[in-house]
Amino acid sequence: MGDIVKMRMKIGAQNATASMSGAEMLIEALQNENVEVLFGHPGGPVLSIYDALSETSIKQVLAKHEQGAIHAAEGYAKVTGKPGIVISTSGPGATNLVTGIADAMMDSLPLVIFTGQVSRNVIGTDAFQESDVIGITMPITKHNYQVQNVEELPKVIKEAFHIATTGRPGPVLIDIPKEVSIEKGEADFDLEVNLPGYNPNKMPNILQIKKLQDVMAAAKKPVLLAGAGVIHANASELLFEFAKKNEIPVVNTLLGLGNFPANNELFLGMGGMHGSYAANMAMYECDLLINIGARFDDRLTGNVKLFAQNAQIAHIDIDPAEIGKIVSTQIPIVADAKEALQKLLEDDYNVPNRSEWLERLANYKTNYPYWFEQSEYLSPQRVIQMIDQYTDEKTIVTTDVGQHQMWAAQHYHFKKPNRLVTSGGLGTMGYGLPAAIGAQLAEPETTVVAIVGDGGFQMTLQELSLLKELHLPVKIIVMNNGSLGMIRQWQDLLFDGRYSASLLPVQPDYVKLADAYGIRGVQVSTEEEAEKMLKETLGDHEPILIECRINPTEKVFPMIPPGKGANEMIGVKP
Amino acid sequence: MKRRIISVTVNNQNGVLNRITGMFSKRHFNIESITVGQTEMKHISKMTLVVNVEDEVKIEQLVKQLHKQIDVLKVSDITDQAVVARELALIKVLSNGQTRSEIGGIVDPFRASVIDVSRDSITVQVTGDSNKVEAIIDLLKPYGIKEIARTGITAFTRGSQKSVTDLKEYTAI
Repeated sequence: MGDIVKMRMKIGAQNATASMSGAEMLIEALQNENVEVLFGHPGGPVLSIYDALSETSIKQVLAKHEQGAIHAAEGYAKVTGKPGIVISTSGPGATNLVTGIADAMMDSLPLVIFTGQVSRNVIGTDAFQESDVIGITMPITKHNYQVQNVEELPKVIKEAFHIATTGRPGPVLIDIPKEVSIEKGEADFDLEVNLPGYNPNKMPNILQIKKLQDVMAAAKKPVLLAGAGVIHANASELLFEFAKKNEIPVVNTLLGLGNFPANNELFLGMGGMHGSYAANMAMYECDLLINIGARFDDRLTGNVKLFAQNAQIAHIDIDPAEIGKIVSTQIPIVADAKEALQKLLEDDYNVPNRSEWLERLANYKTNYPYWFEQSEYLSPQRVIQMIDQYTDEKTIVTTDVGQHQMWAAQHYHFKKPNRLVTSGGLGTMGYGLPAAIGAQLAEPETTVVAIVGDGGFQMTLQELSLLKELHLPVKIIVMNNGSLGMIRQWQDLLFDGRYSASLLPVQPDYVKLADAYGIRGVQVSTEEEAEKMLKETLGDHEPILIECRINPTEKVFPMIPPGKGANEMIGVKP
Repeated sequence: MKRRIISVTVNNQNGVLNRITGMFSKRHFNIESITVGQTEMKHISKMTLVVNVEDEVKIEQLVKQLHKQIDVLKVSDITDQAVVARELALIKVLSNGQTRSEIGGIVDPFRASVIDVSRDSITVQVTGDSNKVEAIIDLLKPYGIKEIARTGITAFTRGSQKSVTDLKEYTAI
């Protein structure tokens, strides 16, 4: 029970029902949900909520832009598995959240978002700072609400937390007209969630499990594709046990990285456009593909017609709509990854001899690893390798989107779940720094490294001020190649090197920029300098910005060109 | 293209229609017609959607996406079931004194009715399945149609189903 109700009970109220303002109800509801931190930016319609907040123990993070607030909440949600809480004002405050909401929707992150709204009596009149937030966010939220009556608030908030965190997680938005937070009403917090239209199914169908076990017993060339669903279900250990017991090699999606230890012999790497040769060929050649908690994103499959074309497909997903959406599936299993894996592990069978298949993949792994050529410049891949070397498995890595993101996914060995915080589905530039702030707040003692590009970093760098303000020892590695590297790479490969709007010749002085925000900044341009700085600073408790002047023409390889299949990879190690 | 009739039970709440049509437009499903109305329970509405889809995969995806909406309580593809399906159409036809009784001769066998008469037109109301509505429109065309308003199909399954029907089930598993 939260402070406000406790206080009222002390002064004579008989039960948990009490007359309180909407803002007080909101705070009380947040405390009932054990919310510790709230990311946001104030404005007129949410002032009474902020006023009520000032008397609680909930930590407020005042971002400089609402997009920063919501990405920070995403970072927090990703690392903790708990919902990230966001608050913004109406109109521009709410519309500035849109990118983050869409991002959380794509990557299934639990968020509960509160937006202020203009007064009920002027809604629909184009009032000052009015926007149709419900209409705008309907297609990018799991659900949204506009609260019409103050006494609905506790129920709506309870439902929102329930919807955001159960089944396939996602963002839920609550739009609160100004006077709803001011008006008083009888608040009842003793509620059961009752949503007849929402019953996510966790338990697998036993017949389908049996079917999969039969197929597994016969499969000569099986492969596991493990996605973020394994992480959301806390099923990484079971996945390990399952893969080990059945001797099935594991491919990760980008967002699945960390659900299986990257240094294990059964691990083939990330699959997809910039995935490893072994991972992609395993999916191309397999006779059984078991997808656990991934959604066959187009960046993973490449040309769908060529994807796992000779394989039977089994798909375990908590969201029935993902099954059969992209790839025709013979064994559909709607379930929580943990429950499904538990059931799959119950029965024993004789694992057929798969040594030929495992050997074949091991050869791919040894002969065609991720590779790069040393040049006169600092290699970005070397920088990632050194970050990997000088951090431990608990370290959290966040990224923006683009070349550096792919290099991080390729060359950093994630061994534990929830250690990579990156924007997968939406591909949001500017995600890395604010997400690192949220991650660091979630785990103050853990090393958090934000690997960002010079392009994406400049989209949200205003949040640098939070590092000083909140004493967050985030390590920012700016991979500066003076361009929007991935765009430039595509222009090289597909547009004869015509660099239209992809070069960034004029850049801020990143060292001075860091200094201006009150944190240390350094620039490195050789491997020796980089190694020295990384070794010296990655373990300490101070924020730092390390600008790495990397090879400006370096590309991400290998690559499945757009529209091609895994058998048509380019840039594989010769 | 296959024509499917989907019956959807939803919470009778603000914006639910918007959620459904928004999802259809987001996922590029084409709605031929949509009807909404309250059911015997005040807080619950029933929608009848007629959609054109390319194949089974698409209709399965459509049903699943409808299921995902929190305000959707039940979805059934009733195309292959025994159903009662009706729509209502209002047809304003050019008509003078000479053609009026001739048009009456068309209206009667369709059990349609004339609900408005003016000096140069009459308005016909017809209820039935889509084929019947199409048929009367065809017959009235030669007289000159000024205006048509159709409600789209509303439908539910019959009280008793034929014992052998090709039922298409969409379950979550």
